[in-house]
Amino acid sequence: MKAAAFDYIKPTVLAEALSLLAEAGDDGQLIAGGQTLLATLNMRLSEPAILIDITDINELKGISLVGNQLRIGALVTHTEIEDSELVAKHAPLLKAAAPHIAHRAIRNLGTWGGSLAYGDPAAEWPACSLTLNATMIIVGPGGERRISAQDFFIDLYTTSLEPDEILVATEIPVADNNQVFYFHELARRHGDYAIAGLAAVAQKQGNVLSDYALTFFSVASTPLMAMKTQALVNDKVLTPEVIASAVAAARAEIDAIADITNSVETKQHLIGVLLERGLKHLAAQAIN
Amino acid sequence: MTIKKKITLTVNGASITAEVEPRQHLVDFLREDLFLKGPHLGCEHGACGACTVKVDGQIIRGCLFLAVQADGSVVETIEGLTKSGALADLQESFMRHNAMQCGFCSSGMLLAAAELIEKQPTSTREEVREWISGNYCRCTGYHSIVSAIMDVLEARLKGEKIKPVVAHA
Ligand SMILES: Cc1cc2nc3c(=O)[nH]c(=O)nc-3n(C[C@H](O)[C@H](O)[C@H](O)COP(=O)(O)OP(=O)(O)OC[C@H]3O[C@@H](n4cnc5c(N)ncnc54)[C@H](O)[C@@H]3O)c2cc1C
Ligand code: FES
Ligand code: FES
Repeated sequence: MKAAAFDYIKPTVLAEALSLLAEAGDDGQLIAGGQTLLATLNMRLSEPAILIDITDINELKGISLVGNQLRIGALVTHTEIEDSELVAKHAPLLKAAAPHIAHRAIRNLGTWGGSLAYGDPAAEWPACSLTLNATMIIVGPGGERRISAQDFFIDLYTTSLEPDEILVATEIPVADNNQVFYFHELARRHGDYAIAGLAAVAQKQGNVLSDYALTFFSVASTPLMAMKTQALVNDKVLTPEVIASAVAAARAEIDAIADITNSVETKQHLIGVLLERGLKHLAAQAIN
Repeated sequence: MTIKKKITLTVNGASITAEVEPRQHLVDFLREDLFLKGPHLGCEHGACGACTVKVDGQIIRGCLFLAVQADGSVVETIEGLTKSGALADLQESFMRHNAMQCGFCSSGMLLAAAELIEKQPTSTREEVREWISGNYCRCTGYHSIVSAIMDVLEARLKGEKIKPVVAHA
């Protein structure tokens, strides 16, 4: 289908984008990679009067190291993350997750910031940002504010971004040599949204793991961290018994919801399947 | 609303200036305004890959990119890439393997395959399958497409080229 008519403007500095956004109010919509937005416009699920294209704004670009944080600009594309040596070294979970996002032609345009701002519970970046304890850097008419990923994803397609705000970048604490990670998702076709997925990291301490972050995605209205399960496995040798009790704990803890094709029971089952595979994988990394 | 925007871009090597409605996506502009019928339209929401074209050296979905966004860019379609010979060995391999039947998916498939060969020249059959999973084909069952791409990967790794048996127009 074709989009309804709209106007289009491409500011080159952040301040200008912010004032255009404020001026347009409800009629304005930011466009970054457009890989979600243009599909919704083509299907006429949304009819903004003006698109504000932010892709020429340099302040939103680039991947860099800032102290012990990896800074990823909102406009960094999925492909740039997939191909970045800085990401491979300092946030290997992201490199592992990137190829699961749609297909290369879409990854070439879709952005890190667009994915986070859209807040799709089935998307990889929201789950990874939660797992890696990312901080969102946001600017609005009142200046800059920082908010943790924990507080950013509020509900289905709902984040704490206000309509007049722009996500500028995200900072992620860099991984040290003791970080182990796991990323896996179950999808019908490679590149499709996951039926269920798990993004996980932990820290090696001798032959046990601690500081787990186990985030399930595409199972509820936001990505969900399995706090009780994390506490249960923390500092323990991952024997088959420990893994079995963790699987039971995660299935009890995560309140899954159904989607169009998969029931609550399926999702609950897959949570356990993913966790079992994930913990076995992490356990193997712990002894290496 | 008919606010038209002036854009200047390079399409298959030629400099083009045009006035477009912001809502017009790139493939409609290429097909309807420039009469380039190689890029096809299937789903128009990013799922099928029939609209794949190159913008500034990368493949994109032409249905999820506005003509107005292409202002200042270099756009390449199957027409231009065929003429330049950039895809000649892939096209030859597709023919040898009967990797195209109705041909609806072929322009997108070839562009996606060419980017794979450039970015991941040591891909396995499994990786080729993953890469082209973004392009739907109704006819071939994919095996012949994967085989055609594998042949080109192997030939290129050996520094060889699959030479056309039939001359291309
Ligand atoms: C066929 C298909 C399959 C896909 N599969 C997946 C998948 O498996 N996993 C996945 O994660 N994604 C998938 N996507 C979505 C894709 O990854 C998008 O690129 C991404 O979700 C949105 O990023 P974008 O830059 O394209 O944002 P846009 O489409 O430009 O914008 C999305 C929304 O975010 C807002 N926005 C964008 N940038 C900012 C910013 N900096 N600050 C504030 N608001 C902003 C926009 O106003 C808009 O509301 C798929 C898309 C398609 C078409
Ligand atoms: S027409 Fe663009 S992906 Fe189907
Ligand atoms: S050859 Fe007919 S769709 Fe692929």
